[in-house]
Amino acid sequence: MGATLYDKLWQAHCVREDADGTTLLYIDRHLVHEVTSPQAFEGLRLARRQPWRTDSVLAVPDHNVPTTPRGHGVSDIADPVSRLQVETLDRNCSDFGIREFTMNDPRQGIVHVIGPEQGATLPGMTVVCGDSHTSTHGAFGALAFGIGTSEVEHVLATQCLIQKKSKNMQVRVEGRLGPGVTAKDVVLAIIGEIGTAGGTGYAIEFAGSAIAALSMEGRMTVCNMAIEAGARAGMVAVDQTTIDYIAGRPFAPQGEQWSRAVAAWRDLVSDADAHFDRVVTLQAAAIAPQVTWGTSPEMVMAVDARVPDPEQVADPVKRDGMRKALAYMALQPGTAVSDIALDKVFIGSCTNSRIEDLRAAAAVAAGRRVADNVKLALVVPGSGLVKQQAEAEGLHEIFIAAGFQWREPGCSMCLAMNADRLEAGERCASTSNRNFEGRQGAGGRTHLVSPAMAAAAAVCGHFVDVRELGPQTGAH
Amino acid sequence: MEKFTRLDALVVPLDRANVDTDAIIPKQYLKSVQRSGFGPNLFDDWRYLTPGEPGQDHSQRPLNPDFVLNQPRYAGARILLARENFGCGSSREHAVWALEDAGFRVVVAPSFADIFFNNCFKNGVLPVVVEGAVLDRLFAAVAGCEGYRLQVDLQAQQLVTPQGEVIGFEVDEFRKYCLLNGLDDIGLTLQQAEAIREYERKRRQEAPWLFA
Ligand code: SF4
Repeated sequence: MGATLYDKLWQAHCVREDADGTTLLYIDRHLVHEVTSPQAFEGLRLARRQPWRTDSVLAVPDHNVPTTPRGHGVSDIADPVSRLQVETLDRNCSDFGIREFTMNDPRQGIVHVIGPEQGATLPGMTVVCGDSHTSTHGAFGALAFGIGTSEVEHVLATQCLIQKKSKNMQVRVEGRLGPGVTAKDVVLAIIGEIGTAGGTGYAIEFAGSAIAALSMEGRMTVCNMAIEAGARAGMVAVDQTTIDYIAGRPFAPQGEQWSRAVAAWRDLVSDADAHFDRVVTLQAAAIAPQVTWGTSPEMVMAVDARVPDPEQVADPVKRDGMRKALAYMALQPGTAVSDIALDKVFIGSCTNSRIEDLRAAAAVAAGRRVADNVKLALVVPGSGLVKQQAEAEGLHEIFIAAGFQWREPGCSMCLAMNADRLEAGERCASTSNRNFEGRQGAGGRTHLVSPAMAAAAAVCGHFVDVRELGPQTGAH
Repeated sequence: MEKFTRLDALVVPLDRANVDTDAIIPKQYLKSVQRSGFGPNLFDDWRYLTPGEPGQDHSQRPLNPDFVLNQPRYAGARILLARENFGCGSSREHAVWALEDAGFRVVVAPSFADIFFNNCFKNGVLPVVVEGAVLDRLFAAVAGCEGYRLQVDLQAQQLVTPQGEVIGFEVDEFRKYCLLNGLDDIGLTLQQAEAIREYERKRRQEAPWLFA
């Protein structure tokens, strides 16, 4: 019987396996950010240990950095606790000889955006980071997953993790996506189908013609949210799209090494006769733009649907969860999606802050104005290089002309550890990945959508089906 | 890491599914560069009536009387009873640090999110998976009986109810060993240093670009 992509990646990194399956797994790339690393570095110091392989580590501050002008560097972080955390990362990296893109480096950005952008994420690698959205990097045919801080310390000290293999799951999306339907809608629809615990205990391979047709940006969006389906790792097989994306990036192999690497990467696909423990298939044509209505990513509906009614649900735990979610979100069952008005709009996060996302949002924003009831519409590029690229294309001018704020890169209002946040009761259309209670600020209400849907919501002041948005006023 | 062998403690029921790590410890507390001190902010948004910030004197904040952890009958509980997919969301180990700091050593649920589950074992907290029907009974029993306690025996892999009912649970051998002995697994892995170097030598030949 053949091997799945996951089987192959696992096998290639197995240093040692015990009889019960406990495996010492070798880690090729370790990404580090300021929030989940300080205690790990402190642990190394206390035990007088050194990092095993500093060249495998790439560090960047992203969660706490301000997205407003920060030309003075770390001193521009107003909150002293946030500032200390970024300073601690800087100090740890310099003490231990670790490469870091510091706050004002043009390459700084969200850790999951910069890894791929730099070619630091390569097919066939194991990639870890003290961050659950590390699953993003699986888009490159890599085994990538988030770890806790104790594991961060373990990887720093040993270059390995103690793991047990997950089961194999394949999620196939077949056919062609309709116009206005994006990778974000695909992954939200998948989570709606299998639930937030549907992938628990599995590594998910996303496959099928609709996935193969996605750009690398789109594949990253899908893999990013594998964790929201409960799977630590999501991945997509290597194909020409993957290889074309990597070619010429700063950390990518060059010359003779490049040809050797590409030859090896071609094998990073599941064999035709590989066995999956579970297979789920969705039809691309049936996927509409998605909007979440609750406080868990599985609480999602198509844009043309209505807010569901808990009283129609038999399972008491689920029913109760829905009631609590609707109360928190201040929504009534039966409400049409287009009747949900918004206070803020956030376009950014490691899910949707790459250049393709900004282009999609700008295409909707062009020639329009942010509605009066929307107090703040933020566009936060995923990295300094994404920002540069967007500015070279003039996207920032479109956003600014439409009344959006154009910011410096970072995690921003995805989790509101910096100054960008929702106030209690505010409702937000967000391109991020979590609509948990308080995620974007205590008492804030988050609806997850694609960049195009977020931009459409910003200009209309309420959700709208981006497929039905008429021609732009200023574009003709 | 503190050893875990057995525990006889009061149980508190948290009757919600998909409790995420943002709820267990909200983001503003993740700015700490320490490993301790998160206990007062465990379930912060549910536990207090006012929003909290790091550095505040949390003992002065008004408690939410409706939140189960605040009810006097559950004071001092060290076993948390929870529902499906406990600990989902962010990988933040601070969630386990907060539980541990607040005195919890055991979480009993029908399922856990993977990263949270792993993080528990690194911090001397035992996550116990119990199937739905048994869990429903435990929820009912806790609600119906003030002062309800469970005995947890890791060696025997058993929960024992006050009525003497024994509920077995699974635990991975290696993790059990580490927990029973309070072992730091970095030290254990470093005993394999030669095997790791050998792997690197081989891998460097096959895929030199991974070592650039
Ligand atoms: S953008 Fe959001 S989800 Fe992504 S790493 Fe930052 S905080 Fe986490």
